[in-house]
Amino acid sequence: MRAALIIAGQEIRDGLRNRWIVALTLLLAGFSLTLTFLGSAPTGAVGASPLLVTIVSLSSLSIFLLPLIGLMLSFDSIVGEVERGTMLLLLAYPVARWQVLTGKFLGHLAILTFATVVGYGAAGVVAAGEGVTADTWVAFASMVASSVALGGVFLAIGYLISTSVRERATAAGIAIGVWIFFVLVYDMALLGLLVGAGEKVAGGLFHALLLANPTDAYRLLNFTGFDNVAAFSGSIGMLGNAKISLLALALVQLAWISVPLVITGYLFKRKDI
Amino acid sequence: MTDAVMIFDHASKVYDGSTVLDDVVLNVAPGETLALVGHNGAGKTTMMKLLLGLIRPSTGTVRVLGLDPAGPDGVEAKRALGFLPETVAFQQAMSGLEVLNFYARLKGADLADNMTLLEKVGLADAARQRVKTYSKGMRQRLGLAQALLGSPRLMLLDEPTSGLDPATRRQFYDTISALRDDGVTVLMSSHALSEFETHVDRIAIMNAGRLKASGTLAELRHGADIPVRIRLRTREAAATDIASRLPGADVTRVNGCIVEFSCTPENKMNLVRRVTDMGVTIEDIEIDLPSLDQLYRHYRNGDAP
Repeated sequence: MRAALIIAGQEIRDGLRNRWIVALTLLLAGFSLTLTFLGSAPTGAVGASPLLVTIVSLSSLSIFLLPLIGLMLSFDSIVGEVERGTMLLLLAYPVARWQVLTGKFLGHLAILTFATVVGYGAAGVVAAGEGVTADTWVAFASMVASSVALGGVFLAIGYLISTSVRERATAAGIAIGVWIFFVLVYDMALLGLLVGAGEKVAGGLFHALLLANPTDAYRLLNFTGFDNVAAFSGSIGMLGNAKISLLALALVQLAWISVPLVITGYLFKRKDI
Repeated sequence: MTDAVMIFDHASKVYDGSTVLDDVVLNVAPGETLALVGHNGAGKTTMMKLLLGLIRPSTGTVRVLGLDPAGPDGVEAKRALGFLPETVAFQQAMSGLEVLNFYARLKGADLADNMTLLEKVGLADAARQRVKTYSKGMRQRLGLAQALLGSPRLMLLDEPTSGLDPATRRQFYDTISALRDDGVTVLMSSHALSEFETHVDRIAIMNAGRLKASGTLAELRHGADIPVRIRLRTREAAATDIASRLPGADVTRVNGCIVEFSCTPENKMNLVRRVTDMGVTIEDIEIDLPSLDQLYRHYRNGDAP
């Protein structure tokens, strides 16, 4: 584990040095503050807690942004190092390959956590105002945590891509494809299925299809997981009957992180460097 | 040689149907300095990667300090190993000292020694500069510094001196000599045999994945039996006459006053004596001993085991 932590530390240092961490934090803070200010305008004095509105808008932001950030951090990290020759040297040291992978994941996850907590936290503090209930804060914290987990899912998928291909450019192409598929195409296809097949789609199948996409699992977790948020999310009509427990949704996210990581570990172990 | 620290036992490696290493049998004894010589693609880097456990042999076995480098104990073997890759690459945004600190942590070496190590390779002044700004020679020296971390017992140097200026090259050889004196086992590769003349104990010549020959330089010279070329210039136009009276010589050129022939190394002195006894006046005599490059070519192309 010591070796993994040393590699994680190196990834973080690298992230600081090439300004990745600063850039990501500013990006997330910029987007989330903009959404917060825009979002609070329509609610005016009606009484909806601005923080609740912020949770909903930040969730929508996360679905697009965090998978992208996760893939950007990870797609290069195996194949790029192999291509540059740094992997050759690293693996000549007394480190097991699973330690290299774990170290990279922990390092990238730390970067992602910092950027998300600071970026979204800034918006949360601005939006909070007075009279925010503890429930709302719990929902906010859960949104931030699941956003980091969503990024983690795509980190894991990114490593899988990075380990499976031989060229950096291929990894970049596949990463973009994966992002488009999970974030844009999948939901449209699902909607098409619903419209086309209508009543014939069994509820169970529909739920399974939702859970088969980590971004949908994330959406469910944040839009329906908390009653106070669900009321404002506007997705209640479509997802109202999708009552899947919070625990199950969290487990789905966890599975989406661990399964690609385990497959990556297996492939990486047998890869010729 | 059961005490060998590096063992290739009928090791082969096949990539996508092409054989890059073909049934290599080679042992390296503790404290020995062995040079792997061969063209690009001869299999030298493949052998290093096998020793590092970066790839697994398709057939046969590879052992380092008695351990399988690609197996679960491979990490233990790597603790005692220093490696300098052919083209060494570092994280560009880090300084030389930061790079060295990172690798020292991985190896469990004392960070306090790193500055001394950088001084040793002549990078003390550039320690805090980013690696991005380093020249090729500086990167190679940083590469040497990281290979020396934690005083390894085994050293793998993949073409350590290719493309270096003479001064840096000199420094590399000094370091290798110092390692030999400390009893470190060194395996290094090059594409020119002439690089190593005085720096190694044993030479292994590789071609297209096969081990063509191995032995000390003297053994290789003896085993090769490459003909010696002799060129004579006489005052009188007696060349044809001389050429007809040279038993066992392979006359290649006769041109009035000039005779050129080759013969076996053993026959060399005998023939020279004969010529001088003929009573013709010899103006000049040139004797070409086989060069290291000829020696290399001989083994590279031959089928000798």
